[in-house]
Amino acid sequence: MIWLASLVVLLPFLAAFAGMLFGPSLTRAVRGVPGGGPGVIACAPIAVSLVLSAAVASVVWRGPGERTGLLAVVDTGSVPIRVGLQVDGLSAVVGLMVCCVALAVQVYSVAYMKDDRRYSSYAAFISLFTSAMLLVVYAGDLLVLYAGWEVMGICSYFLIGHHWEDRANSRAAVKAFLVTRLGDVGFLIGVIVLGVGAGTFRISEILARAGELPGSTVTAAALLLLAGVAGKSAQFPLHTWLPDAMAGPTPISALIHAATMVAAGIYVVARLYGVFLLAPSALAVLGIAAVISMVGAACAALAQDDLKRVLAYSTISQLAVMAAGLAVGAKSAAIFHLLTHGAFKALLFLAAGCVIVTAGSNMLAHYGGLRRGMPVTFWSMTVGFAALAGVPPFSGWFSKDSVIEAAQHAATHGGDEKTSGGWFAYAPPKAVDGPVWTYRLDEGLPGGVAWLVYLGLLLTVVLTAAYATRAWLMTFFGEPRGSYEIREPSKFMSWTVAALAVPAAILGFFGLGASELRPHLGASLLSVLLLALGAGVAFLVWNRDPALDPARALGPVRPVFARAFFVDELYAMAIVRPVEALARHVVLFDRRRVDAAVVGTGAGARRLAGLVRIIQNGNPQTYLTGLLAGVAVIVAAVVIFQ
Amino acid sequence: MMAIPLCGALAMLVPASRFLRTDFAVRAFGTAVSAATLLVAISAMTAFDFGDTSRMQLEVDHAWAPAIGLRFHLGVDGISLPLVVLTALLTFLCFLYTLRHPPAGGMIRLLTALLFVLEIGMLGTFVALDLVLFFVFFETVLIPMYVVIMLWGGAGRRAAAFKFILYTLLGSGLLLAGMLLVGAEAGTLDMTDLAARHGSGLSHGIQITAFALMGIGFAVKAPMWPLHTWLPDAHTEAPTVGSVLLAGVLLKMGTYGLVRVALPLAPDGAQFWAPWLGLLAVIGIIYGALACLAQSDLKRMIAYSSVGHMGFVLLGIATLTPVGINAALFGNIAHGLITSLLFFLAGSVKERWGTGDMNAIGGGMLSTSPRLASILTFASVASLGLPGLAGFWGEVLALVGAYRPHADLPRETFVTFMAVAALGAVLTAAYFLRMLAKLTHGPVDGVARPTGAAVSMQEYAAWVPLIALTLLVGLWPKTLLDVTTGPVRALLGGG
Repeated sequence: MIWLASLVVLLPFLAAFAGMLFGPSLTRAVRGVPGGGPGVIACAPIAVSLVLSAAVASVVWRGPGERTGLLAVVDTGSVPIRVGLQVDGLSAVVGLMVCCVALAVQVYSVAYMKDDRRYSSYAAFISLFTSAMLLVVYAGDLLVLYAGWEVMGICSYFLIGHHWEDRANSRAAVKAFLVTRLGDVGFLIGVIVLGVGAGTFRISEILARAGELPGSTVTAAALLLLAGVAGKSAQFPLHTWLPDAMAGPTPISALIHAATMVAAGIYVVARLYGVFLLAPSALAVLGIAAVISMVGAACAALAQDDLKRVLAYSTISQLAVMAAGLAVGAKSAAIFHLLTHGAFKALLFLAAGCVIVTAGSNMLAHYGGLRRGMPVTFWSMTVGFAALAGVPPFSGWFSKDSVIEAAQHAATHGGDEKTSGGWFAYAPPKAVDGPVWTYRLDEGLPGGVAWLVYLGLLLTVVLTAAYATRAWLMTFFGEPRGSYEIREPSKFMSWTVAALAVPAAILGFFGLGASELRPHLGASLLSVLLLALGAGVAFLVWNRDPALDPARALGPVRPVFARAFFVDELYAMAIVRPVEALARHVVLFDRRRVDAAVVGTGAGARRLAGLVRIIQNGNPQTYLTGLLAGVAVIVAAVVIFQ
Repeated sequence: MMAIPLCGALAMLVPASRFLRTDFAVRAFGTAVSAATLLVAISAMTAFDFGDTSRMQLEVDHAWAPAIGLRFHLGVDGISLPLVVLTALLTFLCFLYTLRHPPAGGMIRLLTALLFVLEIGMLGTFVALDLVLFFVFFETVLIPMYVVIMLWGGAGRRAAAFKFILYTLLGSGLLLAGMLLVGAEAGTLDMTDLAARHGSGLSHGIQITAFALMGIGFAVKAPMWPLHTWLPDAHTEAPTVGSVLLAGVLLKMGTYGLVRVALPLAPDGAQFWAPWLGLLAVIGIIYGALACLAQSDLKRMIAYSSVGHMGFVLLGIATLTPVGINAALFGNIAHGLITSLLFFLAGSVKERWGTGDMNAIGGGMLSTSPRLASILTFASVASLGLPGLAGFWGEVLALVGAYRPHADLPRETFVTFMAVAALGAVLTAAYFLRMLAKLTHGPVDGVARPTGAAVSMQEYAAWVPLIALTLLVGLWPKTLLDVTTGPVRALLGGG
């Protein structure tokens, strides 16, 4: 069981090395296979991993409960690091999702990156990225988890900066790494606080002992962990890297947004949920950050000109929905949304890749009328947008509704709710016989925050419907605005997209098995009404003149939304420039003060030596005079003092 | 083990007309001798009993100057063994690199002899178990390094070499005073005896004075802020092999000395000074990183990054906990591997582009010389502390140590140090990525025209072992931690 899970992690890892070293030389051996050597090395291991992770999931399905395996204990002189894996319902199902999306991305990339000279290293980094995410998912030890967490950061740096010839891409890559790294510092300290406090880095033991720790320690650790979560999952205030990360090739965006990286943050909160439940103030902070992120990002998405940036902001917004779910105690609903979001966001990005390849541009203004030439892409993307906006009965509707339902419950019954978590209800039979841990929120989320979260969620539903409709209409309807030929790209790409449309459409029905995930009439009606409102307004504005951008209706706030409330500019002014100035001052200080003190000492010594040397001038007359003078002084002293 | 380089150095005294007529023969001879030394070091490793790492093994103990109680006492334990192997490896790699890429300035015969003497000094420092013997070896390295910088260095070599030798000699003077103070008070110069006593028999005041003296001596070598200014100059001017050995081994002698000599001999003194040591270490981390952020010279930047990395090592020592000292020893090895690699690469860049100025080199290295740029990327990523590579564990364990320092140290202070040091890690990432973005990314727009030479066989031979070890130690930190944990616990009195 555990060796299965280790294989799932190890295979892509080895594939990364093999691809880096031998990828191109293998091409001759497998002549004729699309993608050549690197393509085979990239796709085959992840396909095997997918099968194995499915096996892991089915084993967990049959016999639920957590299984841990210990590979080695590293004695550090203090708290030992236990290199081990832990498989339970949560990790099995998320691991399966990661493998699915990663395989789809790899297959898609074979065609998408066909003419790229650096395809080999690109595919290898995707493998490494996948492996790191799987390590995060299956890790049984917090420091091991952190290792995977950080490796993902560097992979995202390499992949976002894949087209490094352009300085702008290089800058985006550096930004992505540094912003997430800033959050990771908090995360690492949080891990240390928890680990040293509990005397172990093992996740299961930490959860067991969290209750015995002093409240301040737990709260501090939870808040510090949240910094890392905000960095990786692109939540306010560390969200700014994600839109710029669109500089990477489109399949990378799909990977980062759906399966890896951003999912890791939410996953970790779910994994350590017991710790967060003991720290209600951390949950409140998470809730507030989530509300700011979801509404702000949805507004920003409404005004973007670039299809990929629309999707990027929608990711921030959707992740915030998950974070909100976690904040109000609906762990299962949040993970449910993570899975459905993984499916439909991967679909949307890969379909967007098809559109971009055909149109040769990212700009919404260059599309229009694409539905006739590219039916597969059109229908797939329609499913994706419907799921994103939450049109029943697509997957997004189920999961988003269960989050909203939980938020409503928390807002109206604030303080005394019971939430059940633990086994994520992946399939109907599971939810019944899985161990259901019941957490009690001792103090609960402050009622105000719960209301804020609830209203934020409802507002987000309206905005999401509006921007999804706008992007959908501008891309596929109206008159064609470009001079390119509208046709489906390579079969590898369109088939992958079509295959992803299936889970994006039906994944929601799996939630029917669990009571907390089942849609409720009142909440669903409300959200469908709001959905119709948002979509309707967008449609009406568009319908007045299909050639124009519906975002014009935003009027004067449009530039503010388009620049995402000028957060980037603010950070550049408040953080980046002061640090640069400080660095320049340090260099000057080093040269003028610290080093000058050293050199000055040398010069001082020489000057002192010069003074002393005056006596030693080599003139016998001076020496003799000095000698005689000395004798005279001594004689005088003897005479006087005797 | 030390006899081999000694013979090698003596052989270099034979006139050129009699022995090894050509320069290449001399270089090949140097490579062979250092390879033999490496083999001996590796066989020492195989002979080492890993079940009992805290005991001194493979000891040699002869009377040297009985009148004043000096003994020729050598031995290795888990603390010194990795450093001994690292030293032998790096020296060998330096010779290998010199085979094809001799530094400008000729006189290979002299260079070979000097490197041998340097190796004797470095190995001797790590295996000496007598205070005076330790000091003798400690000093042996200075003169060869001085000459190496002086004769084969860059434009500003005179000033750099002078600064290096005077600064470190000053440190050594204080170090000798501190060691003699301990020796005279305790009545023995044997380090194993002294360490076993854990400072008993020395008054509190003596310990504080002795630790301060020895601490400053070692801190100059490490180098600790604000005693670091010799380092950037020396590194920038030194030839590639000089920089590699300087960063890879010489700096370690300072931190090794702290762990091996200063801590066990004067534990009370260590406790008194630890918060100050920690403060200076943290300042070094931030200061070094900020200084890197505004550097334009590649070698100078790597030199300042050493200040930051050694800051983590010193922070680990300052916590006085087993995990902290483990972190320091791990950081030593990791820094030795990674920074040596970085200096090798910087040397290769300088050789091809003719300058180390990042603005002159310009961007696009990934398209002009993709392999060199990829390895540079790897080394930078390792240096910024990515998990799975060697640099990470030293840093993270130092932070763990700082979160819960020795029971008698002020906890709040150290937790603050931890937070600040962790922020330093972000700045470290910032300057390495800035360097990578500047050099490897973007269009080819440099002023300097590269020669465009491909990476040579010898360069690969010198780099690949470092890359492989960085990966091995990073992916499986147990290899190193298992060796050091035992003696570290013994060192701190079973803590």
